Amino acid sequence: MTISETDKSFVVFDHVQKSYDGETLVVKDLNLSIGKGEFLTMLGPSGSGKTTCLMMLAGFETATHGEIRLGGRNINMVPPHKRGIGMVFQNYALFPHMSVAENLAFPLEVRGMGKSDREAKVMRALDMVQMGAFANRRPAQLSGGQQQRIALARALVFDPELVLMDEPLGALDKQLREHMQFEIKALHERLGITVVYVTHDQGEALTMSDRVAVFNDGRIQQLAPPDELYERPKNSFVAQFIGENNKLPGTVEEYSDDKCLVRLATGELIDATPVNIRKKGQETLVSIRPERIEFKPEMMPPGAHMISAEVLEVIYMGDIFRTRMRVAGSEDFVMKSRNTLGQTKLHPGETIKIGWHPQDARALDPM
Amino acid sequence: MTDATAQLTTADGKPLKAALAASLARSRRRAFLLVAPLFLFVLITFVVPIGQMLMQSVYNDTFSTAAPALGKWFDEHPPGSEIDESAYAALASDLKLMKEQKTSGSAGTRINYDISGSRSMFTGTARKADKFEPPYKEAILSVEKKWDNPNIWRAMRSASSPLTIDFYLAALDMTRDDAGNIVSVPEGQAVYKMLFGRTMMLSLAITVICMFVAFPIAHLLATLPLAKSNLLMILVLLPFWTSLLVRTTSWMVLLQSQGVLNDLLVWLGIIGDDGRIQMMYNRTGTLVAMTHILLPFMVLPLYSVMRTIPPAYVRAARSLGANSFVAFYRVYLPQTLPGIGAGALLVFILAVGYYITPALVGGADGQLISNLIAFHMQKSLNWSLAAALAALLLAGILALYWLYDRIVGIDNMKLG
Ligand SMILES: Nc1ncnc2c1ncn2[C@@H]1O[C@H](COP(=O)(O)OP(=O)(O)OP(=O)(O)O)[C@@H](O)[C@H]1O
Ligand SMILES: [Mg+2]
Repeated sequence: MTISETDKSFVVFDHVQKSYDGETLVVKDLNLSIGKGEFLTMLGPSGSGKTTCLMMLAGFETATHGEIRLGGRNINMVPPHKRGIGMVFQNYALFPHMSVAENLAFPLEVRGMGKSDREAKVMRALDMVQMGAFANRRPAQLSGGQQQRIALARALVFDPELVLMDEPLGALDKQLREHMQFEIKALHERLGITVVYVTHDQGEALTMSDRVAVFNDGRIQQLAPPDELYERPKNSFVAQFIGENNKLPGTVEEYSDDKCLVRLATGELIDATPVNIRKKGQETLVSIRPERIEFKPEMMPPGAHMISAEVLEVIYMGDIFRTRMRVAGSEDFVMKSRNTLGQTKLHPGETIKIGWHPQDARALDPM
Repeated sequence: MTDATAQLTTADGKPLKAALAASLARSRRRAFLLVAPLFLFVLITFVVPIGQMLMQSVYNDTFSTAAPALGKWFDEHPPGSEIDESAYAALASDLKLMKEQKTSGSAGTRINYDISGSRSMFTGTARKADKFEPPYKEAILSVEKKWDNPNIWRAMRSASSPLTIDFYLAALDMTRDDAGNIVSVPEGQAVYKMLFGRTMMLSLAITVICMFVAFPIAHLLATLPLAKSNLLMILVLLPFWTSLLVRTTSWMVLLQSQGVLNDLLVWLGIIGDDGRIQMMYNRTGTLVAMTHILLPFMVLPLYSVMRTIPPAYVRAARSLGANSFVAFYRVYLPQTLPGIGAGALLVFILAVGYYITPALVGGADGQLISNLIAFHMQKSLNWSLAAALAALLLAGILALYWLYDRIVGIDNMKLG
């Protein structure tokens, strides 16, 4: 293997399966390759197998089938303490009977590092998370956010190349969470470490990650950078899970490789981009982001189809207007329009024509 | 910042501090009334008997009330004075009084604590007390020659003052010599110090064994899935539901020299038929049976502590590079200390005061101090000595408790 190849696939899940009870597969055929220095997030609903994957990587669970490689080496049989992987747990798991400094010194101590080296490294790690003044406190005497920083510092103090984080910010309030997201991201960039991050907060996944793996039902539904995930979801699960989405069920009327026409139940025709439909006559679910909907004909490309919509409700949200409309029989069709100077004001009861660029509407598998 | 802050008042103008005190006093009063019945119960059923026991260990007036004349004589004549006719006169008048009031038996019992066989002297002599004429010395000695034994007189002298530390001296294997100095009892008569020592050593051994046996059980209980751990919990609690006697008897069946275990060992050829191991009616019997009986008291506090330790701690330690032994020793074990402390204290205190099991399976070698206390309560009827022994035991336990608090900290203990 060449250097660049190991760098591109620093962590590899190769056909990994996992079952706890011998009856159901919690992880079904996982194939994933994570590059060195990458920030990869596992995102998915509760019970989709994210923690299980992380635990297999950390060595606390064994893969029922398949191979996990770290730096080109099969680590299936390597015990957790020899993997050299830093880990941040959801509830931090700071040792309650040790002070903050002792917590941080622990990984260095078990590696046999001398006392003076240890102290210097602990102080450096504490300064890195701006917690230098708290070295002698007990974990119980720290706030949630402070404990979070210490847990982070402890996972990093022994210079691991790979750090795993399982919902590390789950217990924090929104503001602190956003702040810590920023700090974790900054640390990742500064230290050049590889991070595998688990969350079920999609906002967190989108803002922090280089790539996001969307999990559902033990499988990766899509593995892509955040923008691609948001703008080009590969199936209706991803489309629905990430961000707000309008769904219009219908049948494929005309089909070509990059464009299709879908007939809705009301008989109206809409434009869409085929994603995972293959032929004419197939059932499909068209998904459109609320902010990509237009209601001014001059903004539409020539020849694009428009359908009628009845305005039900207009909510003023400061930077945007959120308009709920009745479209093709469904009452929760949402359009978001920017609050700009000269924006046309809509009123409940009004009937308007709406449309979109064909590439913004994605014809997916029906769920 | 004017008058408003100078004195804060409630809406209707009362000073805030007074209003707060009044409202708190009301709730305090209510709380007190709620606990008052229980408080009285505890006071009457615990504090009073223990106080009485402590009292009894230093105060015994059975002899002094039965023999007032002798008391007077002892007051007037210092220790070492010659036992002359006036002393026998006092004795004769007291014996008469005892006959009238039928107190010769109890007075004799009191002296019997110190000099065995003296009870019959009192009852026998008192029976003929009406006929005594001067000179009393000859009259009394003609009935019972042993009255000229100086030890009897020394014992009566010490018994005639009701307030005494003699019982504590006896409990510590000490006595007074002819001149009234405190000395150790002769070698061979000393029992209590050795018994206190043995009680402490055995209890300590039981506590340590319980600790080692209970730790894995509690760990299993805390980590197994609920259905299995419930079953195991029933097994742990089973001893609580069976009679103590049944359990102890089954240990006899198992361990005695003609018992199941010895039969098995002989059958397997590990020991010869003449080399059967004596495991019952000695210290081993006490140790085995009491460990079994006290085990749940160690398992339960340990279990309740272990259940609250999330597995994430050990995982964190492992991910930080500790092998499983280091993770256990540095991370898991310290967190179970409150449970170990509570269990050890519980088992130790229970073991120190345990009485039935050593009485049944201990033989002569496995008796503990409580068996001696029971003996003095029931057989020798020397309640004062029993009380003194019990008080010393209580003091010892309190001292250990204090030591424990200094070293481990009582706040760090978790009972359940
Ligand atoms: N130790 C275990 N024994 C048996 N089943 C388990 C065990 N741990 C997890 N599971 C099952 O495996 C599935 C996946 O669990 P996992 O913890 O990986 O989900 P997750 O994606 O991390 O969910 P969450 O977002 O709620 O943390 C779940 O259905 C869960 O019930
Ligand atoms: Mg999880």
